[in-house]
Amino acid sequence: MGATMLQYDVVVVGGGNAALCAAIEAAEAGARVIVLESAPEHMRGGNSRHTRNFRCMHHGPLSVLTDTYGEDEYYDDLLRVTKGQTDPTLARLTIRQSEACLPWMEQHGVIFQGSLSGTLSLDRTNAFFLGGGKALVNAYYACAEDLDVTIRYNAEVLHVDLSDGRFHGVTLADGEQIEGRAVVLASGGFQADLDWLARAWGPGAENFLIRGTPYNRGVVLRDVLDQGAQSVGDPTQCHCVAIDGRAPKFDGGIVTRLDCVPYALVVNRDGARFYDEGEDVWPKRYAIWGRLVAAQPDQIAYAITDQKAQGLFMPPVFTPIKADTLGGLAQALGLSGDALEKTVARYNAACQNGNFTPGVLDGLATNGLEPPKTNWARTLDTPPYYGYMLRPGVTFTYLGLKVSERAQVQGTHGPLPNVWAAGEVMAGSILGQGYLAGFGMTIGTVFGRIAGQEAASHAG
Amino acid sequence: MLDNTPNLQDEAARQFQICNSCRYCEGYCDVFPQLFALPEMTEASATHLANLCHNCRGCYYACQYSPPHEFDLNLPAVLAELRQDTWERHARPQALARVFHSHGVAVVAAMTAGFAFVFFLMATLRPESGDGFYAYLSHNAMVAIFAPAFVVPLAGLAYSLRSYWREIGGGRITWANLRHMSGSVARMKNLSGGAGQGCNFEQGTRYSNARRYAHQATLWGFVMCFAATSVATLLHYGLGWEAPYPFWSPPKLLGVPGGILLCLGTGALTWLKLRADPELGAARVWGGEMAFVLLLFTVSATGLALYAATGTTAMPALLALHLGAVFAFFVLTPYTKMVHGFYRTAALLARR
Repeated sequence: MGATMLQYDVVVVGGGNAALCAAIEAAEAGARVIVLESAPEHMRGGNSRHTRNFRCMHHGPLSVLTDTYGEDEYYDDLLRVTKGQTDPTLARLTIRQSEACLPWMEQHGVIFQGSLSGTLSLDRTNAFFLGGGKALVNAYYACAEDLDVTIRYNAEVLHVDLSDGRFHGVTLADGEQIEGRAVVLASGGFQADLDWLARAWGPGAENFLIRGTPYNRGVVLRDVLDQGAQSVGDPTQCHCVAIDGRAPKFDGGIVTRLDCVPYALVVNRDGARFYDEGEDVWPKRYAIWGRLVAAQPDQIAYAITDQKAQGLFMPPVFTPIKADTLGGLAQALGLSGDALEKTVARYNAACQNGNFTPGVLDGLATNGLEPPKTNWARTLDTPPYYGYMLRPGVTFTYLGLKVSERAQVQGTHGPLPNVWAAGEVMAGSILGQGYLAGFGMTIGTVFGRIAGQEAASHAG
Repeated sequence: MLDNTPNLQDEAARQFQICNSCRYCEGYCDVFPQLFALPEMTEASATHLANLCHNCRGCYYACQYSPPHEFDLNLPAVLAELRQDTWERHARPQALARVFHSHGVAVVAAMTAGFAFVFFLMATLRPESGDGFYAYLSHNAMVAIFAPAFVVPLAGLAYSLRSYWREIGGGRITWANLRHMSGSVARMKNLSGGAGQGCNFEQGTRYSNARRYAHQATLWGFVMCFAATSVATLLHYGLGWEAPYPFWSPPKLLGVPGGILLCLGTGALTWLKLRADPELGAARVWGGEMAFVLLLFTVSATGLALYAATGTTAMPALLALHLGAVFAFFVLTPYTKMVHGFYRTAALLARR
């Protein structure tokens, strides 16, 4: 079609944290770099724009981090959430390199703040970005611009040319082709492609909400896998938490979380309970509730509390539905009043006397109820009653590209000589299950930097 | 604007609720920690937080929910509107505040009227004898005009501040609050971005301290000019040392550098304001704010020019321009952006 062919040393596909770390490293090594961000400028940054902190190993106080967080403790924390589904070499590499990343981030414009109110438990392990992930993304874009990196917005890559087992160039949605000596793939997961989620999960996935960017549709991931790149991670799984059912379909981010479940009764569309709401404190349970709700009819659930529970959890962003009677609440939520009243009556009859203590496992459990509520089981009897709608909210997907310690993408016959990957698109190697707060940004920063350095050195 | 008060309050409450569920901006300024510590949002709290906000805009550019996101968060704008509403609601008479806050033309007209007024006085009250300025307008005439022009608006402002203080439940002022306030004002801490990187005013997502420094030049320049006048009054009445003062005298040593700082500061603020996005402030008062900065600039520029013109034929005209600008500035004080300093100081002093 006669379009001008542009040649760069390093083509970076994606525009989030990992992509920008790679672009900055490559540009600082002297490479001519282009960043292809599929989102428009105001939506740039992928899921990084919703993040808030960076989990960092350190010996002694470092920037805003207190005390010490050693490699083994960090690795144990990771194993606990992934249940062993991690590549130990890559995981330890990530952890060890995180310590040098924090000063590098500060040198490139990222500003940290002390841990946010309500997150004091993280002040040793996680460095919070002042202003959150979008401020970090803004700092990196400014830094990349100062390094003369070419940045293209609305530049969706449809195809990565890997013919003969090496990278030649990319084709954008508008047909434009961009050539390069090396490529860094940092285009995120596929969680915003609901059809793909539905193929992996089942038709119920159409009812899932996507907590992050609508631009992570996995187009590049699919394209590269189809050309023989090796994958890691369970293709059917995603990190899925229970969020407010009234959240936007995409991009609701942190504020759509709902913390009321431990102090509530949770019923499904038919007004029936289906799981122990008081099994553990919420930070340890919010991730399984995504799956639990996803398994219910219509992928929806309702948390019901009474007046006594108000003030026990972080204020939700959407005002709850409120009514003076359970029947009235059921009607407002579109549930059967009879069914809800029966469920609550059965639950109330199973509650026992004891001390209710929010925030810690108080052992105040139901007796003879199935499923039981094993902590914080107080009767639900003080109007007004409140109803919160729950839906599964997808954070990210686990399927990704298999990479080496040098972030190199693996093809059918060994490593692809000029193809690197960083961030969510390869995180499945390290994070095969579960999630550890702030670890996604650590993987993105560590591997983004490695990929950028390697790609620049190959191109140079 | 008063008709919009409930909507403005609702909109602020809606945005605060989203902020309260996110909290990423906690480290930028004083607004967020105080917001997160509130047991519940009331109109008085919202008014207080609005007056605490220095419009650094850090939270807007860092916000993942700013437009076109459907949550449509623009906290700097809604707080600016709410502040504006506070200033107009507590002013007496309110109508004057509404006119001068929103209409730059009105400020310029008042300044022109100030010039004309002083020219008229100089033409009709010219003394038979006198040195320097007093050859054109006697010291007693100046005092007779400027003392009420200074005291009456200040009394009005004090009334407004008391009414504001009651609305927000400011409480008793403690030493800790005084220390917090003076430290914040002296270093303009709330424009530091929390880590000294500055604010996001004139270059979008990039931080800069330009506005913070321009504001401090204006503030300290103004304070020095005011001190120069106060010292001169003391010298006049206390020591019988009358103007004109030589360069090596307290009024000149305060006034000349003060005037230069004020000129530079207001000039820089104008330049910055032309580059900033008006949609992140109270857009409807842009003209009034700009005219107020230019009024301050005129006060300082004519003051310096007047000093430079000592002994020349331009002096009487410059004297009229300077006194006219000062007169307009004094009279308009309760009805212009000038009140922001008083309200913000009060907000920094209020019970936390």
